[in-house]
Amino acid sequence: MAAIGDDLVWMSGNEAIALAAYEAGVKVASGYPGTPSTEILENLSTYEGVYTEWAPNEKVGLEVALGASFAGVRALATMKHVGLNVAADPLFTASYTGVRGGLVIIVADDPEMHSSQNEQDSRNYAFAAKLPMLEPSDPSEVGALLKEAFALSEQLDTPVLFRTTTRVAHVKSVVKKGEKINSPVIPGIERMPAKFVMLPGNARVRRVAVGERMVKLKDLAETAAFNRVEPGVGQRGFITSGVSYLYVKEVFPEAKVLKLGMCWPLPEKKIREFASEVDELIVVEELDPFLELHIKAMGIPCHGKDLLPDQGELSPAIVRKSLDPASVAELFAPVPLPMRPPNMCAGCPHRGIFYNLSRMKVFVSGDIGCYTLGFLPPLSAMDSCVCMGASVGIAHGMAKALGAEAKGKIVSVIGDSTFMHTGLSGLINTVYNGSSSLLIILDNRITAMTGQQDNPASGSNIKGEAANSIDLEALCRAVGVRQVDVVNPHDINSCRKVLEAALERDEASVVIARAPCVLLPEMKKAKHIPYSTRLADCTGCMACIRLGCPAISWNPLTPDEAVAKGYKEKQKGFALINEVQCNGCGQCQALCKFDAIVRQEA
Amino acid sequence: MGAQGNILFSGVGGQGILLASEIMAYALLAAGYDVKKSEVHGMAQRGGSVTAQLRYGDKVYSPLIEPGRADIQMAFEMMEAVRYLPYLHKDSTVIVNTQKILPPAVATGKTTYPEDVLDHITARGIKVVLVDAFELAREVGEVRTANVVMVGAISAFLPMASSVYEEIIAARVPVKFKDVNLKAFAAGRKVSQG
Repeated sequence: MAAIGDDLVWMSGNEAIALAAYEAGVKVASGYPGTPSTEILENLSTYEGVYTEWAPNEKVGLEVALGASFAGVRALATMKHVGLNVAADPLFTASYTGVRGGLVIIVADDPEMHSSQNEQDSRNYAFAAKLPMLEPSDPSEVGALLKEAFALSEQLDTPVLFRTTTRVAHVKSVVKKGEKINSPVIPGIERMPAKFVMLPGNARVRRVAVGERMVKLKDLAETAAFNRVEPGVGQRGFITSGVSYLYVKEVFPEAKVLKLGMCWPLPEKKIREFASEVDELIVVEELDPFLELHIKAMGIPCHGKDLLPDQGELSPAIVRKSLDPASVAELFAPVPLPMRPPNMCAGCPHRGIFYNLSRMKVFVSGDIGCYTLGFLPPLSAMDSCVCMGASVGIAHGMAKALGAEAKGKIVSVIGDSTFMHTGLSGLINTVYNGSSSLLIILDNRITAMTGQQDNPASGSNIKGEAANSIDLEALCRAVGVRQVDVVNPHDINSCRKVLEAALERDEASVVIARAPCVLLPEMKKAKHIPYSTRLADCTGCMACIRLGCPAISWNPLTPDEAVAKGYKEKQKGFALINEVQCNGCGQCQALCKFDAIVRQEA
Repeated sequence: MGAQGNILFSGVGGQGILLASEIMAYALLAAGYDVKKSEVHGMAQRGGSVTAQLRYGDKVYSPLIEPGRADIQMAFEMMEAVRYLPYLHKDSTVIVNTQKILPPAVATGKTTYPEDVLDHITARGIKVVLVDAFELAREVGEVRTANVVMVGAISAFLPMASSVYEEIIAARVPVKFKDVNLKAFAAGRKVSQG
């Protein structure tokens, strides 16, 4: 193999998509961060000649990309699988309008839910929206396939879905750089109302065009090089796509394989021919029996989910266990160990709010972000979390269902970026339809969970340049919230008073808890003055321990050890602050009634 | 060539596992192998248990290592060395940073950190190399080079010469940290070479 150098680069699937989008001549790209898709736009924003942006949500991102396509340039929209739900509205009608410049929508699925609330299979959207969907198996396949996607989009007047999964997006392999190409489409304003104005009369005509396009796509699927038969030995034949193809090759390197680079529509003749050449046809795919169902609908018998799981990720081990159990080696048994779940960082501003909520006997309607970790012990201060922006509507719905009984007992919490994404319309509803639920906006000045991306309220754009910043207080007041308080979440005791007063009100109210994420570069660079434990004064009351801060640890003592340390015999232990980890937020000091936590002097 | 291997990295989010696995990937690429690496980003990185999986050979298909087939495990924390025991086989080598990071249930006093946790590995006859990476990094003058100490320790078990790693490290760290990182690499390599 040639060495890494000018033409060969070591890249993740997401980096490879950014490179290929640049090489394919993409001019406009928009999206919303979401694991495992985030790094695509982050990387693309570093290339010259491509306009990139973070949109407030995936629906807007797709609409921006569609607009760029209408203007005759190649455009890209990126999102995670659940983001495609948000973008589904423009998606289904963009299928009818078709494109001018090539339009590709990247959707990154997260089987196994490494960082997601569900593991929906986006291939079903290709079927439902009548759109082609391409699917690479690893970063090395991305370049050629994404360029095909843009060409196909322009040739057949269709948006193209391009699906990855976590094990393509976040896998690294050697990638070959390609030629920079340009779209043959000429940019400009073209008025094409019959194609772009989807009133019923026009849409009915376009619906026919969509049907004709699907026939052409099926023909293309029969001959395209990305749907290829790999000859092999044995009576079994495998049909597979995406990363599952690599698992099949790993476990059955000699087998006959039909590898589908396009998972919708399917090449029926090719599949029929392949099936006729093997005694046993096995479909290997992650999540839903998507290929299997459509192959069975062709009247072709095959195995699939009768042998393989329809939940979670596949892996070579699962493929082996399901299809060749005799070759499974005996494994060392796992050892029971304390779990190590993720945790909010030392000095995280969210912790202060969740500490207060954990003491307030309220139902906490939560949302999507780092702060969902407020669910975990010892805070255990989240009672529901469904999807981006849902916290506000759910709290309002509960308040309406329970009436007077709910007063002062229901709180929704949402991050700044998630509020900008889809929380605002929920707040408008709460004001318009009048409930007294309290909304806390956790404004840490960034989209933190996905790795610190800017958003409409953060004051910077995707390149880190100064941008217009949405004023959250003014926005909440503008939609009719009369009482908007801003608090410092690190100041636990003052915060508690504001929250309790807000819960007493008979109308919608908003508390904005504002303090920057500790992972922001400026916060990492800032000199923090850490706190430390004055051990002689620690009584082992565990008040600070209940914050669950990773910089504070509990050190148990036997009665003899307690006495030896000069504590009362019954003291069960002491708390210790790791000064290297401490970010100096001071939340723990506010909770210590014995002055055993002190700020070190600068 | 013809050799192939699987390296499992395990530890706690924030320990610099991704950089260490990147240096290893570039070293294996420089030696002419096909290489694939799988990582998980997002929620798990917030102080949770994390892994990276690195596979090399003439031709690598799957980016994931099968349980029972990791030849080397590079564990950045002691309990995280044991958590992935089912990935090991009897001839595996486990290189462990002898650091304890308390998981939330231990730090909040709900349970205790398991005693002599590495016995679960040694009792199965698996070779364990202990590296006090934090202390060695402190000795070379920069505690943040603990992950490069670990790279040095693993390097002794792979065919590439020191110079291959040194070139990669020099290219990947800021100029002012180059010397200290090269010292960290040498300190780690010395541990494995005995």
